[in-house]
Amino acid sequence: MSPTAAKWRSALARVTTVDKETHDTFTLSLEPADGQTLETFAPGQFSMLYVFGVSELPISISGDPQEDGRLTYTVRSVGRATQALVSRQPGQTLRVRSPFGRPWPLEAARGKDVLIVAGGIGLAPLRSVIYHVLRHREDYVRLMVLYGARSPTDLLYRKQLAQWARLPDTQILTTVDYGGTSWRGQVGVVTTLFRHLRLHSAQTVAFICGPEIMMRYVTRQLAARGLPESQIYLSMERNMKCAVGFCGRCQLGPYFVCKDGPIFSYEEMRPWLDRHEL
Amino acid sequence: METKALIDLLREHPFLEGFKPPHIQKMAEMAHEVQFGRDQMIFREGDECGLFYLILSGRIALEVSAPGRIMRVHTVGPGEELGWSSLLMGDAKHFQARTLEPVRALALDGARLRQTCEQDHGFGYLLMLQLVRIVAQRLHATRLQLLDIYAPRGVKLI
Repeated sequence: MSPTAAKWRSALARVTTVDKETHDTFTLSLEPADGQTLETFAPGQFSMLYVFGVSELPISISGDPQEDGRLTYTVRSVGRATQALVSRQPGQTLRVRSPFGRPWPLEAARGKDVLIVAGGIGLAPLRSVIYHVLRHREDYVRLMVLYGARSPTDLLYRKQLAQWARLPDTQILTTVDYGGTSWRGQVGVVTTLFRHLRLHSAQTVAFICGPEIMMRYVTRQLAARGLPESQIYLSMERNMKCAVGFCGRCQLGPYFVCKDGPIFSYEEMRPWLDRHEL
Repeated sequence: METKALIDLLREHPFLEGFKPPHIQKMAEMAHEVQFGRDQMIFREGDECGLFYLILSGRIALEVSAPGRIMRVHTVGPGEELGWSSLLMGDAKHFQARTLEPVRALALDGARLRQTCEQDHGFGYLLMLQLVRIVAQRLHATRLQLLDIYAPRGVKLI
């Protein structure tokens, strides 16, 4: 079977756990069913998840890349298809095509500080990077995570973030756009967290994922602080359907996000980020 | 606190980056150290503007009270400033400021600062330049907040 044909084959997977992260976001873990296998992945890659009779969806893998034989996804319910996905119960099955896309270039960050900037559900595809860095701690210097969400109840992985913040050479800063009086953390957009960082620009590689507006402002902040464009990477999102660059739905300038991305360097994306109606 | 100790603190504060020693000296002559406990109200919305603070440690929430609830709209911390409206004449406080943890800051009288700006335009230019930079950053951050970029499409918080 050709490599392309193999990309169309799906594996049957069984839902093992469904954890509620926020009021509309859930983390699902899948294990192989019927003796089939689930392919391993690299941080930043995504799967096509097919809920029978509903739809097939591209979803970033949010789990530990070294978790054997299982795949984990964090999904926000925003419509009929994602609602069907998060409504799966343990024991129920769905089909998985995986993995797809260009992963985060972790090799480029080896021996350097890793700066992760995430907004909203954008932390999900970056959680795999955090797992990877923590498993290979000797390969990286500092791990810095800046994470912004809409409100305190919209923050993902709060317990994990608190645990990671206690680790050496690890700085986890969170902020929310709106907070009530019970929230004692930071209030303000994610770019306001930069002032709390001691950034060694030449020695830092940044991985960014979130709403495109947020990524535009974050990249400007990083550029203003002297981080070279070649050391900034973004995860782009477009409507993906086939995942192999055939259908053209996810075209962004000269790229197909599903095949050439979803991870791009800022050098590659800069001409297209500010382009109207792309 | 002695003037020399105040000068050392002011020199290290990011707000005064680019200020020359005579300018720092002027600020030190007007500054005094203040401390607030946790959950202490520094000022309330509508209060007359009086003091301008340079925060040394601790975090402060800027809040807006609405019927039945209080919303935190911004947090300021070490290296930042609080109460920039005290540098403008005739403007009441737009927010209330409540400490989230014990806070140490340098307080400067807004009226005296304005008076010094009038007398020394070089000092005044630097101070207003910093002020505009802060206001622009806050405006920018507020616009981003208003965009409510993390909301699902079609859902708006406000």
